[in-house]
Amino acid sequence: MATFDELSVPVRMFLKGYRWRRIDPVPWAPLRKPLSASRLALISSAGWVLPGQEPFARTLAGGDGSFREIPADTDLSILIDAHKSQSFDHEGMHRDPNLAFPLDRARELVERGRIGGLNHRHLSFMGSITAPGRLVRDHAPEAALLLVEDGVDVALLVPV
Amino acid sequence: MCNQTVSLVAAELERQGISTVTLMLLRRVAEEVRPPRALFVPFPHGYPLDYPNDPPRQHEVIEAALRLLEDPAAKPPVLADYTPE
Repeated sequence: MATFDELSVPVRMFLKGYRWRRIDPVPWAPLRKPLSASRLALISSAGWVLPGQEPFARTLAGGDGSFREIPADTDLSILIDAHKSQSFDHEGMHRDPNLAFPLDRARELVERGRIGGLNHRHLSFMGSITAPGRLVRDHAPEAALLLVEDGVDVALLVPV
Repeated sequence: MCNQTVSLVAAELERQGISTVTLMLLRRVAEEVRPPRALFVPFPHGYPLDYPNDPPRQHEVIEAALRLLEDPAAKPPVLADYTPE
């Protein structure tokens, strides 16, 4: 089980006084159609980038809230881990990128008819964002707009 | 911080009409931040779907998350626990 105790002492000290960004009110979008007829998008905070994409900024104050688009037909073995955090073990997702971005599993769900289809693109963020103002104001709305335009019905979000 | 990041993105998607379900590795962060629909998974940092190269387990976790989307009685915020079989 993940706990705060696993984190380094400086990170734990930082989190001790950290004010989490509370979502209030909590928005709610009920499922509009069966999952078997819904289009799914995956969103990972594992910091994946494709070869040729700009890596996430490692030194931006407060963190880099931008995201990268990962096409649905991507071979997961080409993904590059650009996550700067040393607060988690990267080895698992290097051995199996599905661990933090379950694109192969999502494809199988479509084959089984559990999900209607996959969106043509999925989104990768880098989660080490301590000051999420820009994320909330700019990047998250930009991501939502893209997915609305794509006709996405449901999203599965996976942190690391 | 990853847990907060995906929660905040999920909230924006829900505001725009997209139903979301968010895996969470830290229950306390889920309780503080309150993503709309969350499945707490009892795995270490870096392992949101448990061990690598275990598709059946990965499907099990994802299925538990998908079921949260299908609960017509659910009210926000939803925070459920995944218990490995």
